[in-house]
Amino acid sequence: MTNTNWQAYPGETTLSDLTQPLGLNVQNFLSAATGIAVMAALARGITGRQSSGLGNFWVDLVCSILYILLPISIIVAVILVSQGVVQNFSHYIDAKTLEGGSQILPMGPAASQVAIKQLGTNGGGFFGVNSAHPFENPTPFSNFIEYLSILIIPSALVYSFGILVNRRLHGIMLLSAMFIILFAGIGISLWSEFHVNPAIGGLPFMEGKEVRFGIFPSALWSVLTTAASNGSVNAMHDSLSPLAGLVAIFNMMLGEVVFGGVGSGVYGIVLFAILTVFIAGLMVGRTPEYLGKKIETRDVFFAVIGVLLPCAVVLILSSISLVVPGGLAGLSNKGPHGLSQVLYAFTSAANNNGSAFAGLNASTPYFTILTSIAMLLGRFGVIIPVLALSDSLGRKKYTPPSTGTFPTESSLFVILLISVIVIVGALTFFPALTLGPIIEHFLMIGGRTL
Amino acid sequence: MTTQNKKTNLFDPQIVRRAISDSFRKLDPRIQVKNPVMLVVFICAIILTIVVIVEIAGSQYSDFKFNIQIMLWLWFTVLFANFAEAIAEGRGKAQADTLRAMRKDTVARRIRNGQEEKVSASDLAIGDLVLCEAGDIIPGDGDVVEGIASVDESAITGESAPVIRESGGDRSAVTGGTRVISDRITIGITATPGQSFLDRMISMVEGAKRQQTPNERALSVLLLSLTAIFLLAVGTLKGFTTYSENASGNQSFASLTVLISLVVCLIPTTIGGLLSAIGISGMDRMLRKNVLAMSGKAVEAAGDIDVMLLDKTGTITLGNRMATSLIPVWGTSIDRLADAAQLASLPDETPEGRSIVVLAKDKYGLRGRDLPSQTRFIPFSARTRISGVDLPGRDGTMRTIRKGAIESIWNHVRSNGGLFPLELNVTAHDVARSGATPLAVAEGSEVLGLIVLKDVVKGGIRERFAELRRMGIKTIMITGDNPLTAASIAAEAGVDDFIAEATPETKLQRIRDEQSEGHLVAMIGDGTNDAPALAQSDVGVAMNTGTQAAREAGNMVDLDSNPTKLIEVVETGKQLLMTRGALTTFSIANDVSKYFAILPAMFSGLYASAGGQLGPLAALNVMGLHSPQSAVLSAVIFNALIIVALIPLALKGVKYRPLGASVILSRNLALFGLGGLIIPFVGIKLIDLLLVNFKLI
Repeated sequence: MTNTNWQAYPGETTLSDLTQPLGLNVQNFLSAATGIAVMAALARGITGRQSSGLGNFWVDLVCSILYILLPISIIVAVILVSQGVVQNFSHYIDAKTLEGGSQILPMGPAASQVAIKQLGTNGGGFFGVNSAHPFENPTPFSNFIEYLSILIIPSALVYSFGILVNRRLHGIMLLSAMFIILFAGIGISLWSEFHVNPAIGGLPFMEGKEVRFGIFPSALWSVLTTAASNGSVNAMHDSLSPLAGLVAIFNMMLGEVVFGGVGSGVYGIVLFAILTVFIAGLMVGRTPEYLGKKIETRDVFFAVIGVLLPCAVVLILSSISLVVPGGLAGLSNKGPHGLSQVLYAFTSAANNNGSAFAGLNASTPYFTILTSIAMLLGRFGVIIPVLALSDSLGRKKYTPPSTGTFPTESSLFVILLISVIVIVGALTFFPALTLGPIIEHFLMIGGRTL
Repeated sequence: MTTQNKKTNLFDPQIVRRAISDSFRKLDPRIQVKNPVMLVVFICAIILTIVVIVEIAGSQYSDFKFNIQIMLWLWFTVLFANFAEAIAEGRGKAQADTLRAMRKDTVARRIRNGQEEKVSASDLAIGDLVLCEAGDIIPGDGDVVEGIASVDESAITGESAPVIRESGGDRSAVTGGTRVISDRITIGITATPGQSFLDRMISMVEGAKRQQTPNERALSVLLLSLTAIFLLAVGTLKGFTTYSENASGNQSFASLTVLISLVVCLIPTTIGGLLSAIGISGMDRMLRKNVLAMSGKAVEAAGDIDVMLLDKTGTITLGNRMATSLIPVWGTSIDRLADAAQLASLPDETPEGRSIVVLAKDKYGLRGRDLPSQTRFIPFSARTRISGVDLPGRDGTMRTIRKGAIESIWNHVRSNGGLFPLELNVTAHDVARSGATPLAVAEGSEVLGLIVLKDVVKGGIRERFAELRRMGIKTIMITGDNPLTAASIAAEAGVDDFIAEATPETKLQRIRDEQSEGHLVAMIGDGTNDAPALAQSDVGVAMNTGTQAAREAGNMVDLDSNPTKLIEVVETGKQLLMTRGALTTFSIANDVSKYFAILPAMFSGLYASAGGQLGPLAALNVMGLHSPQSAVLSAVIFNALIIVALIPLALKGVKYRPLGASVILSRNLALFGLGGLIIPFVGIKLIDLLLVNFKLI
């Protein structure tokens, strides 16, 4: 429902074959469609001319499932099945391994769920280890398809948003801002994975990566999945190098802006665009306008709440968990890495990502309850302000642009938007990050472990 | 007095002295509460003061030197912000004092039932009639209902030349407190004492009723949220630090003092401390341009204006039509026409008549001459629409020279048995089509040619409009002329659009239409018939010479009564918004460097290897600051001093150039965004060096 899909359970052992498709898969579709519906409401608010009402949620919901999610899911599922992702209701198979031991091979309707988990930026895998599992992600081609499906809908929707508000170029600008942050993240992540670990003689980090894929796809996936608020994994992020882990955490901390969730990525970055226009837009000497709507007190208020509420949730819950016994009990590492694990968990939950650092034992009641709170606040704490904002914008007059208007369709805007996103994210989380991944990185360079 | 004030330096010693004492007076918690960002600093300063007192009481002097310095600098931060506000208010207060001195109670000569009686000015009511003669001080605001007088308004406008006020027309408003210099007028009082123009002016310049403007409120929400999130970021740091201390077995340098310092450095104190000063100085800058804004909201709205309605007469063109050329009829020499035109106009005192004399002199070398005593002047009359002279010619016969509208001259020559040449009729048509007015000149029954009268567009106005267009403002000219004339003048002046044959209704309708399309409309006007349009417009600037009705309807009064002032009004409004944006950007960008100063200081002890002094995070100390203490103190000092350093900018405003939004944006971003990132690195390092040098740490 919250599009987070935090998995504290391994799907194959705790849930039956029917619960997965009927209980969880429906939620996968609905949560993604909800994101699209909220985005559509926002677009209607922006294009509205002193109107009230933001459209019909049910119509949007049904249409997005019927016309977008379902058809693409079917196509992706069929491709995945062709690559060997299981899709059946068979009993688990008791197989003899080559060494002569026995192993239970779990079976079930996985492909249909994998498709929507990727497409709908849900990320809840059929199996516990998610897309690192051979039955969820058997081949390099399936891996590629799964990459593609992480980004395809969230990024396409940014473009659609541009069309919905009659500013195609603005949609492209938002999209390019996302791509720039994404590529910067991929760059840092790969550099850190391949180059800097004197402790193991500068060799790349292989521990915890799916050996069938190797480092490049694992690191790439980690950046994509955190950027896109997807949360599926093909490697365990706990084993990423500190800076790659930092990129993953930071991607989520930025909120749902670099593609983000289906629909939610659009309204996430629009909140930032509004803040950008407000801060920098004053500098052109006019009351700031976003796509022809004047940004006033109410709008700033809602945008700020939408941006900062998830941040606040992450900071408060992580901080508490690092001192109370219930929180400390879940850590598998001491030292800064333990801090990263907790920080990652709450960041992931509050930003509807759902990927995990895996090292953290999150299935304790303590973490289950707190992460659930984080998920609810992180989802609805953004959706509600966004809807309020849409309503407020919809009631305003349209201000036609002139040469004195702040340009939202220029490369300057893209640079500004990126700066605001990164600076707000950095300023909020820098202290916490220094004590986690950053200190870890410096320790590692110094050749020390804890 | 205003003229005097214009010369006063930004940091006039008298104003500074007053501002310093005011900044202590503003430590009153009831005043501090109004500015949430600075309130946080205020509370932090109080907490640290308690810490220091407890240390003194307990004789614990381990961190005393550090703590007391931080405490002092926090108090300075609060005081500096107070000082910025106080100095912005200072100029207005000084002006209010002089105005108040003027408002002394005067004796009014009230006329009741035809009898004159002397009453106190404070007893006057709306509708009373009072009499003022030369030397009297006008007891209250009102309109002249009878008579004409020259009035010295220098007390309000700073202009020493007296102005004429007369009943009827658009120059009837008088202001209480000004002095009649000549003649005698009867005034109908239009404002009750205490709500007069002077009273409003005092409260405006003093900033007594200052409310946050819409944009200021929106910015405050943003600043408040940033403050909240930074408080949270630092507050939650406790958990992260405790964990890390336990995990590493080292102590961090995260005492209460350091955490408080971090909060104060991160929250946007720069813009928070200067925000109200920027708003007040915006009003003040308007005042220095002799524009009295009735609310801060109006000043701010001026920056948003994208449509401007301007009266043609006096704004775009010089007040009256001027003769620009002479066109003789076929067969007549130009000299003869010039001679006749000049003779017909010599006794004509109208501006048009005088312009013909000037034209004859400048272009045709005819000097002014004395007319013979027998000359008879026929003045213009609305019935005949003809003027001219009858004078004795050289041969003793009478010359009858006439000038007037084409039709009238046509009738005139026909009644004298002459003919109106068809050719001239065609020329006259062409002249009219080009937007000018043709006058025909005739001597006796013979038509000599045409005088072309034209509206002369003011020099430099075209460039002004081009500037406005670059600012994104559409200009609309309002005129009573016919569409043909209007179009030609509009083209010559370079306005974007015009309303011809304008009536109060068409003006009002046009403003409404523009507003419904989402535009913000500014208009400048003086007459009573402008009042509805002034009230409807988003920024209505009334001329001080205008009627009382116009002054009531507008939200600004231009004391100089100069219509091109509207452009400066818009610039001031834009400056106000730009200054806020620039300082906000600067303030946020500053935080990056402060993290690099304080965080390594706090955490460099963590995870230190067994023998070593410093942990891995010392690598973040990119500025190479001397010690944790000096790093934190330098950041706090920088944070306080930058407020003082930016006071002049806040008061004067960021420079505005009429360029497109993109150019302005890139320029300001480079200056305040990039500058805001880099400057504090340099500043903090310098302060650190000084602290170490003077052994303060």
